[in-house]
Amino acid sequence: MERLIAKYEKKLVDAGLADPGAPLLAGLDAELIFNRKDPATAELAQIFDGLHINSLLYCRPAEPYRTIVDYLSSLGRTITPEDCETRTFQHDIPVASRFHAPEILACLRRRKSVIIPGAGVIAHGVVSPEQAFVTYSSVLFACFVKFFGDYLAALEAGHSDPSGRPSAAFQAAFNRAVSHLDPVRPVAPVLAKGPFATAAQVYEALDQAGKATVDYRLVDSFFGNISYSLDDVLYISQTGSSLDELPGHVDPCPLDGSSCAGLTASSEFSAHAQVALTTTARAILHGHPKFSVLMSMRCAKKDCDLRGACHLKCPSARLLGDVPIVPGEVGSGPTGLCHTMPQAMRGNRAVMVHGHGLFAAGETDFNEPFATLLTVENASREAYFKTVAALS
Amino acid sequence: MPTPYFGWTGKVLRIDLSSREATLISPEIEVYRAVLGGKGLAGHHLRPFANKNWDDPELPLCLFTGPLTGTLSPTSGRMTIMSRSPLTGTIGDASVGGGLGTRMKQAGLDGLVITGKSAAQKGIEIVDGRVQFCDAGALTGMGVHQLASRLAGKGSFAAIGPAAENRVAFANIMVDEHFAAGRGGLGLIFAAKNLKYLTIKGSGRVAVHDPKALGAAREDILRLTMASPVLSGEHGFSCYGTGSLYDLMDSRRMMPTDNFRKTHFDQASSLNAFAFKEKYLPRKTGCKGCHILCKKITRGGVVMPEYETMSHFTALCGNTDLDTVVAANALCNDLGMDTISAASTLACHAEISGERLSKETILALIKAIGRGENPELAQGAAQYAKGRNHGEAAMSVKGLELPAYDPRGAYGMSLAYATSTRGGCHLRAYPISHEILRKPVATDRFTYSGKARIVKIAEDVNAVIDSLTACKFIFLAAGLEEYAKAFSAVTGLPYGAQDLLECGERIYYNERIMNAVNGFCDRDDDLPARFFIEDGSHGEGIEIRALPREEFLAARAAYYRIRGLSPQGLPLAEKAKELGLTWNG
Ligand SMILES: [Zn+2]
Repeated sequence: MERLIAKYEKKLVDAGLADPGAPLLAGLDAELIFNRKDPATAELAQIFDGLHINSLLYCRPAEPYRTIVDYLSSLGRTITPEDCETRTFQHDIPVASRFHAPEILACLRRRKSVIIPGAGVIAHGVVSPEQAFVTYSSVLFACFVKFFGDYLAALEAGHSDPSGRPSAAFQAAFNRAVSHLDPVRPVAPVLAKGPFATAAQVYEALDQAGKATVDYRLVDSFFGNISYSLDDVLYISQTGSSLDELPGHVDPCPLDGSSCAGLTASSEFSAHAQVALTTTARAILHGHPKFSVLMSMRCAKKDCDLRGACHLKCPSARLLGDVPIVPGEVGSGPTGLCHTMPQAMRGNRAVMVHGHGLFAAGETDFNEPFATLLTVENASREAYFKTVAALS
Repeated sequence: MPTPYFGWTGKVLRIDLSSREATLISPEIEVYRAVLGGKGLAGHHLRPFANKNWDDPELPLCLFTGPLTGTLSPTSGRMTIMSRSPLTGTIGDASVGGGLGTRMKQAGLDGLVITGKSAAQKGIEIVDGRVQFCDAGALTGMGVHQLASRLAGKGSFAAIGPAAENRVAFANIMVDEHFAAGRGGLGLIFAAKNLKYLTIKGSGRVAVHDPKALGAAREDILRLTMASPVLSGEHGFSCYGTGSLYDLMDSRRMMPTDNFRKTHFDQASSLNAFAFKEKYLPRKTGCKGCHILCKKITRGGVVMPEYETMSHFTALCGNTDLDTVVAANALCNDLGMDTISAASTLACHAEISGERLSKETILALIKAIGRGENPELAQGAAQYAKGRNHGEAAMSVKGLELPAYDPRGAYGMSLAYATSTRGGCHLRAYPISHEILRKPVATDRFTYSGKARIVKIAEDVNAVIDSLTACKFIFLAAGLEEYAKAFSAVTGLPYGAQDLLECGERIYYNERIMNAVNGFCDRDDDLPARFFIEDGSHGEGIEIRALPREEFLAARAAYYRIRGLSPQGLPLAEKAKELGLTWNG
C-alpha cells in the first residue's frame, strides 16, 4: 500500500495535476496510513469510516486546474461533464459546500469523487489508490474541457446578446487559467524508426511512444491506447493500462481471431484491428489532447435536432483542421466508435472522435502518428485562441 | 417515504408440501430495507432453520427474486435459490438466470419458501399466485431435456433430473432447461421434499417508482457495458461466452490441469472458445432481461459449455476432444448435476486410481453417477477421496469442488476460495476481476497485500448483486454506483452505493452466522494442502509458486478482523448487533 501511495503521489505531480507535496493520500489495509502529516487527516479518517473503500485522495489541484475547478464549482452543486470518457465513467461530479466530513460523505456515498470549492478534490478507490488517481485525473480533464468550452460558448452567445457574455468572474478565471497553461511544445521527439521486424522491437517502440505521449500531456490518466501490427498479430495496450507503464501490459492478439487472448486488451481493440486490417497503417496511437477534444465538440448549428446526441449520431462531415470528426462511443457496442473511426481512417492519417480523442495512424512507426497528435493539438489550441480573439 | 412496495410485490408464498397448503405472507418493509431481496431475503428466511439436515422436511427451500427483477434494469432477470447444502453442510445458495425470476415477479411474488415433504412425487404449478399441486409420479427418472417439453406452456420452470432422484450430492436444480442453480447439491432438497418440478407464470407487471430515472440508470449501465472489452469486446463474453476466459487463463498459467497437479495444459490453444465457435457455429442467447447474452446454443439446441466446464472437462481431466466436452456438458445438464463438481470428482478419481480418463470413460462415469450406478463418486470429490483414504486428492474447500482458476496464480482468489460461505466458489468475491481482467483496475496477482479488505468488500458487493438482483458479470463494467441509481428509481428508497454495501455486509454476515451454527470455523476456511506445497507449471516468463502459507494465514486473519469475526473466524455478538442481526455465540 505504501508503495502504491508513493507511486500515485509522484504521478499526480509528474502529470501537472498537483504541486509537489500537495497530494494527501490515505490507504487502508490492516491500518489506515497517510502519506504525510496534515491537519486534514482527522476529517479524512472520518470519511474513511463512513465508506467501504481502501484508499482516498485529497488534493488541491495545480494551476491551471485550481482556477478552473474553483470557478466551475462556484456555479452549482453538480458539474456535468460533456466529454465522452468522463460522461461514461463519472456521470456527474458533485460539489460540497465546505470541507466537512458529513457533507463530503453524503456525496461520496453515491459518487467516486467530490469537489470542495477552494479546497480541492476528493476521490476514492475500493481496490487500489489507482482508482482515486484515475478519478481525480478524469475530473480535472473534464473540468478543463468544460471550462474552456463554456467560455467560448459564452463569447459566442454574447456576440448576439450581450447578456450572454462571460461574467467578470469567468473572465478573470479565464485570464488566470490561460496564464498557467503549459507552454506549447512545437517539436515532436524522435522515436524509434520502423518497420519493426521482431516482437521485442515492437514492445520497445510501444513503450517509447507511450511514454512520450504522457510526457507531452496528450492523454489523461490511464485512458488512451496504442497498437502495432506485425505478422498478423496486433500488439495492443491492455485495458486500463497507462501509456507510460506499458512493459508487461501489451496483449499480442492474432488478427485472424483464433484466440481470445485479447480479452484484456484495450476496449478499442476492434477499432485498432479494423484499421490494421483495412489500411496500410501498422502503428496506431490514440490520445486525449484537451484542446482537440473541446474543439471537436464545437458546432455552429445552434438549432440542430441532434443537440445532446452529437457524440452518437452527428451526420455532418465535420473537420478539425483537416482531420475528420466522427461520432461514436467507447467500445464495441452498436454506437461504438469501431463502426465510425476505421472507415474514416481510410485515406486519412488521423480521425477525431467527437468529444473523446484523436486516433492517429502511421505506416511503419510512431513518428508519424505522434507528430500528427501533437500537430493537431497545437493547431486546435491556436484555432481556439484565434476564435476567442475574434469574438472578444 | 413513498409507497413502500415499488419494485417489490410485498408478497411471499409459503408452500408446505406435507399438508399441501400455500399461505401468502407479507414481510415487513424493514426486512426489505435491511436485506433487499434475492439472496438477502432467502438468507433471512433460512436463518431460523439453518441447522436442520438437508433431508429434514422442516428445512426450507427459499427461492427469491429482487426488487429489480422484472424491471428494465439490465441483467436483473436473475434470482437466488437457497437452502442448506447437502454436499457441504454450509449454506447453499445459487444465483440462477433464465426466466424464473421474471415470471415469479409477474405472478405477484417476491419469493417462495417451500417446506415439508410430499408422500408421492409432486409438481407445483403457480399461475398468478394461485398454487396447484400436481402428480409427478410419471415423471420419475425423466431427464431435464424431455421434462422441458412436457412442461412447455406452463411458463418458467425449476426442476430436477435423475441425478437428484438418485441422491447425487452435487445434483442441480435446472431452470428453463439450460440454466443451472448449481454448486452445493440444491437438487437434493427438491428430491428430499419429493418435488420434481415447479412452474410459474403470471400476467402482472412490476411497479416502478420513477421510470424515467430508471431509464437514465439503464443508459449509464448499457454505456459502460459497451465500453467493456470483457463483456462487449470482440473476444468478450457476448461474442464467445465465458469460454473466452480459456485462452487467458492458459496464458496466465493458471489453468487447473491433471487435478490441479499442473497449471498449464499443452493442448489448450486448440480447445479454446474459438475452436468451439468454428466447429459448432452457435448463436447468442441468455437470461431474460439481459443484453450481454453470454450463453451460446446451436441451431440444434446444443448448449456450448461455460468456461469452467470447458476447462475442467479438458485440462483437469486430460481430455482433448471437443465433442466429449459438449457431450459431457449436455449429459450433466440433462441428468441435472453440477459440471464443475462432476469433472473435479472424475479428476480426483483419476488421480487416486491412476486410471487415465478416456473420452469413453468420462461419459460412461457421468452416466453411471447420474443414474445411481456409482454411489461412491456420487458423493463428490471430498467424500469419495476420504473413503479411499486419500483426502488430499480432493481439490475442494469445505467439500465444494474448486472451479477452473488455480489459486496459485491469483492470491486474492486463494483467499476468496477459503472465506466463501458456500465453499470452493469463485463467484463470492471474484478477484479474477482485478487480478486478471484488470477491472476496476489491475492489482498484483502474486501478493496478499491489500487483498483481505478487497475480498471482504467484494463479497459484500456480490451479496448486494445477488439480492437486487443483477448479473455478477456486469460488474466487470458497471458498479454499485450505477445500480444504486436503478435501485432508487425502482423502489423509491434513496439508497446510494454505500447504503447498499451495508446491506451486503449484513447479508454476508448472516451467512457466516448460519455456518457457525453448523460448526464451521477457521479450520474450514482453508485450501487443500497441495497449493501450499507444490509449485504450478512455470513458463513463458511466469513462475507459479506454491502459495506462501504464513502470508495466507496472515491475510485470512486480516480478513477476520475486517469482517468483524473472532480470530477463529466466528461471528461476534457485538458485530452482529451493529448489523441488526441476532447472535449470542
Ligand atoms: Zn479514448
